[in-house]
Amino acid sequence: MSRVELQDGSWHLLTLLEQAPGLRVMAETLADMVDEGAPVVVGTADLKYSNGLYRFQERHPDRFVQFGVSEQNMISAAAGMATTGLRPHVATFASFLALLCCEQIRTDIAYTAQPVRLIGHHAGLTLGFYGTSHHATEDLAIMRSIADLDVVAPADPTMLGAAIRAYGAEDVPAYFRIGRGREPVVYRPDELRFERGRAIEHGAGGDLTIIATGSMVHPALQAAEELRQEGRAVGVVDMHTVKPLDVEAIVRAAERSGALLTVEEHNVLGGLGGAVAEAIAEHRLDAGLWRHGVPDEFVPVGPPTHLYRHYRLDGPGIAARAREVIAEA
Amino acid sequence: MLVNVTTDSISAGDVQRVIEKARFVREETVRLISIAKTGHYASTFSCAEIFAALYYGVMRLRRGEPDWPDRDRFLMGKGHAAVGVYPLLADWGFFDPELLDTYTRLGNPLGDHPDMRNVPGIDFSSGSLGHALSAGLGMSLASRIEGRDYRVFVLLGDGELQEGQVWEAAMSASHHGASNLIAIVDRNEYSLDGRVEDIISVEPLAERWSSFGWDVTTVDGHDPAAVYSTLMDLRDDDRRTAPALLIANTVKGKGVSFMESEVGWHLGYLAEEDERKVMEELRSGA
Repeated sequence: MSRVELQDGSWHLLTLLEQAPGLRVMAETLADMVDEGAPVVVGTADLKYSNGLYRFQERHPDRFVQFGVSEQNMISAAAGMATTGLRPHVATFASFLALLCCEQIRTDIAYTAQPVRLIGHHAGLTLGFYGTSHHATEDLAIMRSIADLDVVAPADPTMLGAAIRAYGAEDVPAYFRIGRGREPVVYRPDELRFERGRAIEHGAGGDLTIIATGSMVHPALQAAEELRQEGRAVGVVDMHTVKPLDVEAIVRAAERSGALLTVEEHNVLGGLGGAVAEAIAEHRLDAGLWRHGVPDEFVPVGPPTHLYRHYRLDGPGIAARAREVIAEA
Repeated sequence: MLVNVTTDSISAGDVQRVIEKARFVREETVRLISIAKTGHYASTFSCAEIFAALYYGVMRLRRGEPDWPDRDRFLMGKGHAAVGVYPLLADWGFFDPELLDTYTRLGNPLGDHPDMRNVPGIDFSSGSLGHALSAGLGMSLASRIEGRDYRVFVLLGDGELQEGQVWEAAMSASHHGASNLIAIVDRNEYSLDGRVEDIISVEPLAERWSSFGWDVTTVDGHDPAAVYSTLMDLRDDDRRTAPALLIANTVKGKGVSFMESEVGWHLGYLAEEDERKVMEELRSGA
């Protein structure tokens, strides 16, 4: 193979990881856990460069299983591996994991209660111009309706590493929803304490509380800051665990604000907004709810940043939506 | 490659045990289905000799220790034959045999399809066809990672082979050299809607598996001596580098004359008088 000196800015799959600190953290955390004696096994379905797990393979080739382009086989096999005490972490695009493999996840992982970690990467709109087959705007809704399955959407690379570690001590199956691994940093490792099912509250909002998950936490914090500078009191709740949902955090937010705005990189139906709506109704909370996300439609092709702007899912867009909500509330 | 296994020296006692336990499987199946008032008689009868051989001689198990880490595993793709396995698990002391008496009744963990979470001795839950070979592959891969020496047996229905995931697993297992994985196809020639060959043909069966890199063996699935010795040979073959597939040619409904190869008996119920006749036929061993 001839080697060509590439100009700055050129890239290929093997250099992609340099741009994706989240993916690097995931691979290194899992490899470190093996070093520390954890029974971690990693599986991929022909996407080890896209999800960066080749970095894990380099460190622990005997703990890495390549399944090829057979996602359903990978999920059922992970269940089989887990029955012997191993902790398989299997990864593929969120669209394939949650939709193509939905039944394997339900029947072989959740029903059997095997502590498999399902890592759905490139969730939401992050594969912008690859088209609808590669978008995952339904995964939270689907995974949330499967009994005994946790659903976790870490906000940034720090939280992704922390969540993987925290779940090392949990015996339940879990779906991790992550982006491209390029999410801006929200948390410093020394200041983050990740607890399953315990939301992280950023400031108190008398006017509005934004409840965000995963990739939307960072732009939600930007939006809150923008509004604070305009004299509004806006809090942000990082609802990293969509299931089990931190209902107490929602109750507190409702008591403080009276107006709640959920923000998710997902169809507004059935995901975080749906979960919060259920909590408000069931607990008869005195709060208005506005759901922000992808409307109930298929997403057009476009670069992710353009799509975020299109759907007002970037900082300024969320701030604009929040102003409307405050005006309506 | 196609392998012809020759019958090794097995004792008359081994064969007698398989015959008796296969009859036990069929009788218990009839008894349990009479409690549920609906069940898969015929699908279970076709694998009675296979169950009997696996649980009484072939598989390495420990009485009363369903979670023994080094045990051989058994997974049923065709989970609807679980009614024939529950009595064997109780016989191994994995759970109280009295549980069988309320099979499928509310609060009892024994359902038409097996649930590993609630039934000791069930190595994997099933019911949705096509998953079990993948799950068995996972157990096989795990044995290598963890340095354990057990075998993984996976029973597949012949209709089940129409599921795409089976072939994903088949490709993957041979690629990974999962030589402790032994799949058994219960080739009873029928699925729910009729003859498998009329619905979607799975032939040429041996050649297909062979071309996927599996060592293929064929056996008369109702010949107790042949089933026993073939499974023993497959279990103990340490030189094999590929996964093994055993095609067990069977008869759906085997043992009950009016059920044999009759489409309707995929699912059914025998009222009292018919049940008595069936039990009589099974006891006479015709």
